[in-house]
Amino acid sequence: MRVRIRGARLVDPRRRQEELADLLIADGRIVGRGPAPDFHADHTIEAEGLVVCPGLIDTFARLREPGFEYRATLASELKAAVRGGITRVVTPPDTDPPLDEAGLVEMLRFRSEALGLAHVHPVGALTLGLKGERLSEMALLAEVGCVALGQADVPIADSLSLFRAFQYAATFDLPVWLTASDPWLAAAGCAHDGEVAARLGLPGIPACAETIALARLLELARATGVRLHVQHLSSAASLPLLAQAKASGLPVSASVSALHLACSEHDIGHFDTHTHVIPPLRSQADRAALAQAVAEGLIDVIDSNHTPVDDDAKAVPFAESEPGATGLELLLPLTLAWGRERGLDLAAALAPITDHPARLLGQENAGHLGEGAVADLCLFDPEARWQVTPESLASLGKNTPLLGQTVQGRVVATLVAGRPVFSR
Amino acid sequence: MSHPQLDEHGRLQHLLSLDGLPREVLLQILDMAEPFLEVTEREVKKVPLLRGKSVFNLFFENSTRTRTTFEIAAKRLSADVINLNVSTSSTTKGESLLDTIDNLCAMNADMFVVRHASSGAPFLIARHLRERGLEHIHVVNAGDGRYAHPTQGLLDMYTIRHYKKDFSRLTVAIVGDVLHSRVARSEIAALTTLGVGELRVIGPKTLLPVGLEQFGARVFHDLRQGLRDVDVVMMLRLQNERMKGALLPSKEEYHQRFGLTPEKLALAKPDAIVMHPGPLNRGIEIDSAVADGPRSVILPQVTFGIAVRMAVMSLLAGQGAQA
Repeated sequence: MRVRIRGARLVDPRRRQEELADLLIADGRIVGRGPAPDFHADHTIEAEGLVVCPGLIDTFARLREPGFEYRATLASELKAAVRGGITRVVTPPDTDPPLDEAGLVEMLRFRSEALGLAHVHPVGALTLGLKGERLSEMALLAEVGCVALGQADVPIADSLSLFRAFQYAATFDLPVWLTASDPWLAAAGCAHDGEVAARLGLPGIPACAETIALARLLELARATGVRLHVQHLSSAASLPLLAQAKASGLPVSASVSALHLACSEHDIGHFDTHTHVIPPLRSQADRAALAQAVAEGLIDVIDSNHTPVDDDAKAVPFAESEPGATGLELLLPLTLAWGRERGLDLAAALAPITDHPARLLGQENAGHLGEGAVADLCLFDPEARWQVTPESLASLGKNTPLLGQTVQGRVVATLVAGRPVFSR
Repeated sequence: MSHPQLDEHGRLQHLLSLDGLPREVLLQILDMAEPFLEVTEREVKKVPLLRGKSVFNLFFENSTRTRTTFEIAAKRLSADVINLNVSTSSTTKGESLLDTIDNLCAMNADMFVVRHASSGAPFLIARHLRERGLEHIHVVNAGDGRYAHPTQGLLDMYTIRHYKKDFSRLTVAIVGDVLHSRVARSEIAALTTLGVGELRVIGPKTLLPVGLEQFGARVFHDLRQGLRDVDVVMMLRLQNERMKGALLPSKEEYHQRFGLTPEKLALAKPDAIVMHPGPLNRGIEIDSAVADGPRSVILPQVTFGIAVRMAVMSLLAGQGAQA
């Protein structure tokens, strides 16, 4: 099948380049650009006024299968992903049961491929049951398609277990993806230990819960040589540690959630449980520092930290509510908002959700619009504004502090390997 | 963002917190409490302002004292009072909370007096009532987690005003476990709203929240320094469980450093008053010689508390309320 996307604004984040041209696709790959009058398309997509960019890659989205089907399903969340312009989803292992054996991973991949929507890349459990005690069969998990080993947000308290897990993963050069959170400092808290939690009487999680855990992860990475990806940082104080580690040549990368670039502790308002997320929304100064760090490339990736939670689990007092926010369909508009705030051009603004995660996953054929790239594409209207409502979200998770707010940037169509999987 | 305790005309719909309560409403409640104090001193201690109304005391956390004062206040306003001690199961706490509310609404409640162990629970109930179109049912926060105990804060302001008049000339010290104290948060909010001259907070670092300076408080870790020349000493109750969890080593050391003794009180102004929300831990945060001494206004606080709660209830649901 040969497809022509006509008259689009082609934005290639890898080359930091923008061009008004037709994009030509054959057999699921990008084969060229231009007017190319001798390219005979079976199908033409009119894209005047739209941006065409590589399909977005979300490095952290809970799809809730297996085990939490009452919150969301693969079908519902992958539909939400492509509506959000996302063509690749990395899903963490904190399902029930956790993704700690090859059979579970194979089943997840089989079921998601059968849906024919976005690609799913599971992260396998680093330890059995995410308990931080016994190692999972990491090599086997990698063989069946796990892109990394991780623990979702579950910390490994025992440093010796963590050290050995890093050593074993490094044996096979498998990346390890973890959240930096000290289990004791974070245990009792539900909000940033700052001005708002102090006023509202909410138990706090201090920033040092993150920096202590991050320092420990970095030192163990240094000692073992493991490739480390630190998920959704929340605190400005973590940034010098990350910068120092990178400068010393450690193979380390980091992400921030799109929500942490948009919101702060002040959005808690009068105990809005939609703002109860892990890690907590921190101060305005933290938010600004994180936004700056992504612009400078210190933080590599923006993820959605998509966590669908049912209404009942949010209709309780703040501290008792289930943490998490829906994010797949907000990744693009929130990233665009961050880019506008930083004064970035579109190619630079899109890099943390296209080019950078593609590199992190070792997917050299994704995340750019060069010849030979897989034709996973997102077509969006950068000017269109829409209101975030439960009805406007396809995800079964309607839980976001942005409910009622208007955001800018709306996906019009999504292609996976040249095949339309969503169009508005 | 408008505060969920006010209706669209800025009138008090619920009493959820003093943080965000307009100064004029706060003063209105204090003014309204004055005549109720006379009622409580009469032989027939009853007025018909809430006749025919049903007040549900909904206590998700046990408290005999606070529940009793609300009950007395409601009965003196001629309301029907229904006391519910709702036991909380660990897993379905939240669901049963709103389910309980729905059930009581179906019994035609007019007012919920709510005590809950989680900060923000009364806000959840108020929001739920709005979503169900039941705004005519009022919510009074009788203490939620560490956040607010607004009627305690109001009765404390009434007490200070009764003895000291002008807030702007006063130096007030709050002493003890501010971190876990909804009483302290309500007092800080009210004192700030009323423009207190100087607000001090005194305690060990393990029992003070971060960023108290942002609330306009001066922080002291030495009781003697902090008490120097203050007009009002507001003591907080120390919970026994603070000895667990590495917050304090012992009651004895706490008493030695932060307990109010006659000798330490002598550093305050000669006419300083001493307050305490009760129940007292004699010999821990306060010595009997102080609690029972001439500067103590702890028992008048209890009496004023009834009048203030009558004022709050009649402002919310009384006949001709807020006309």
